[in-house]
Amino acid sequence: MRRERSRAPEMDVLAVALGALLAVAAVAFVARPFLAEPDAEDDRLAGRTSAEQERLELLERRDRALGALKELEFDHRTGKIADADYEASVGPLRREAAEAMRALEPLAPPARAPVEKVDARA
Amino acid sequence: MPGLGSAALVVAFGLVAYAAVAGGYAAHRGRRRLLESATNALFASFASVLLAALVLLAALARHDFSFAYVASHTSRELPLGYTLASFWSGQEGSLLLWLLVLTGIGSAAVALNRRLIRTVIPWTVPILGAIASFFALLLVFVASPFATQVAPADGAGMNPSLQNPYMLAHPPLLYLGYVGLTIPFAFAMGALASGRADERWIIATRRWTLASWTFLGFAILLGAKWAYEEVGWGGWYAWDPVENAALMPWLVATAYLHSVMVQEKKNMLRVWNAVLVAGAFCLSLFGTFLTRSGVINSIHSFTQSSIGAWFLGFIAVVAAVSTALIIYRLPLLRSRTRLESLVSREAAFLYNNLFLVAFALTVLWGVIYPLVSVAVRGVAETVGAPYYDFFAVAFGLPLVLLMGIGPLVAWRRASLRAVGRSLLWPAGAALIVGILLLLAGAGSSPAGLVGYTFAAFVLAAIALEFVRGTRARHALGGGSWPAAFTSLVGRNRRRYGGYVVHAAIVLLLVGAVGIGGFGTTQEGKLTQGQSVEVGDYTLTYLGSEQRRAANSQELRARLAVSRGGEDLGTVLAGKNRYFAEQQTSNEVAIRSDWLRAEDLFVIADQFNPDGSVFVKVIVNPLVNLIWLAGLLFVAGALITLWPDAREQRRLARRFDEEGALARA
Repeated sequence: MRRERSRAPEMDVLAVALGALLAVAAVAFVARPFLAEPDAEDDRLAGRTSAEQERLELLERRDRALGALKELEFDHRTGKIADADYEASVGPLRREAAEAMRALEPLAPPARAPVEKVDARA
Repeated sequence: MPGLGSAALVVAFGLVAYAAVAGGYAAHRGRRRLLESATNALFASFASVLLAALVLLAALARHDFSFAYVASHTSRELPLGYTLASFWSGQEGSLLLWLLVLTGIGSAAVALNRRLIRTVIPWTVPILGAIASFFALLLVFVASPFATQVAPADGAGMNPSLQNPYMLAHPPLLYLGYVGLTIPFAFAMGALASGRADERWIIATRRWTLASWTFLGFAILLGAKWAYEEVGWGGWYAWDPVENAALMPWLVATAYLHSVMVQEKKNMLRVWNAVLVAGAFCLSLFGTFLTRSGVINSIHSFTQSSIGAWFLGFIAVVAAVSTALIIYRLPLLRSRTRLESLVSREAAFLYNNLFLVAFALTVLWGVIYPLVSVAVRGVAETVGAPYYDFFAVAFGLPLVLLMGIGPLVAWRRASLRAVGRSLLWPAGAALIVGILLLLAGAGSSPAGLVGYTFAAFVLAAIALEFVRGTRARHALGGGSWPAAFTSLVGRNRRRYGGYVVHAAIVLLLVGAVGIGGFGTTQEGKLTQGQSVEVGDYTLTYLGSEQRRAANSQELRARLAVSRGGEDLGTVLAGKNRYFAEQQTSNEVAIRSDWLRAEDLFVIADQFNPDGSVFVKVIVNPLVNLIWLAGLLFVAGALITLWPDAREQRRLARRFDEEGALARA
């Protein structure tokens, strides 16, 4: 018991020292972006313009339509979808994918082949 | 060193508060370095909370009773495993575990999606910081695990009910589930606050949500196994408020996992998905509140505390802010796509969502009813098992049917004739199973008969999906049949992993119906040499015996078990008297027969001075299927969670295109 009492102040000092060390390390880590770039030329968050957001939505629309086409093909093969249902769905989906791709075309950068082919095996 | 633990918590509180405030300012004003600084604060908070957790674990391992928490929840004779597990057996430790998991997975989710957060949804970091601030505030100012005292010679020990191996895993998994739901919430609300209604937040959080849901579901089953063995009434789920507390967010998260597919495929239900994500998170907070506040009586609630008001206030703030944000962003969220047909996969998902959410709300009403009745009539009234059983059947059976019908219906639209043709085989299989069961005498429980017939329907539908898919894959790619099967599952892990999860739910249904509809019970006083018969079993009381264990005195009744004249050995059922805790626990005997999938469950309720014992013997048919369902559930979830290289390549290509388009 006496030993515990005599150790207590040492433990407290150590705890305070370790706690202070932890706080300093945390502050240094938190301040790192400012320390690494004290005079940043561009401190703005890279946001999106409404045009960029529109393009993103077109990409999503295109991928959604292509994904749905793949699934439709596979479900048709498995016999889950009747021929009539398949015929009724495949046209609008192809149109939707084509529209999205057409809308993206003028925006696409050169030397890229972003559009994957519809692959029923996928 | 309680001082170091306290200091680490204070530093963590400062860090998460900074992440919330500075991160919010950075997101609002578009300051890059400040957001990076706030992100670093979130990362650093995990290290700080981890240090606090290590201090507490060290104190537990060393039996340092100068920590009031250690003295209140452990004793010198408590085995080491339970001593370390007492980290989460008390309120302060549980809150520390919440904060540790939150800062850990929050940091991981932010680190893995750093680019997305910096460019698209900067509000994620302050939202995570704000949630963590609440828990850090509680730990620093209200319920610190580092309060000290003059060390007593020994601790008070651990509640005997918690001294069960399942309690080593159940609470951490439960908290991984509860806290994990913070990630989709923070990203969804971050996306709304940032004005981004595209599906990137869904892609970023898909696996986090699935993992949280898996942890929560598996934890619920582990909790049921604990209750089955430890509480010892012979059942596995008693609609206890704390059990329901975990079930509610799981049901809502299940609804979300289905409806989010409709958003991904059809760009529909965007408002509904935001509501579900917020609802699941609020219910996970509510679950923690129920477990920790002691406001409602429960066999699983081991605490009475003053943090209830804090939790209720926080839940109210989260619900109000989420609702306001969703309403504010309604113009962005409104879908331009409409439901094309009421007979389609998306319509099936919609029906499934309605049943799941309706079930979750009826459970919620049952849980809060005692509080409402006190507030309105001044008397605490509770709703019992019949209330929950009624709604479990009313909403559960249509849900089971939908599990069979949904996968067989195509997206967008399907003709009734095509659906009818798809359902022919499963319906035929269900009919045959129903007739066979009726002939075998299963008509004694009409609900059981209906449940099993529905289960057969779903299993047949799932089998049909695998058979058709494998056949189509084989026709497309050639190769062997096993290769076609592997390719089928590998190319659409979400769909086929989901089917495995459906099969697990059916297995659970079969087990639950078995124990609920076809169980047999017998009870009575036995003197030495006397027998009791239950079902095919005969149990003969051979006498009682005592043994001293590490931290308890064990008293057991030994019973010889035979079935149809065949000797099956003996079982020991009785009680443990715990020294430090000064409490007694029932220790049931369970003899599992895995071939028959049934348990012989023996409770020695009372030992009399004349040497006789009062026993209750239960035969629980098919109960083991419930535990097997847990393993199958995890297997299905793992298939779904397993990274899909093709999907990742597709997404990477899209993100590259986004970048390229933005630069063009």
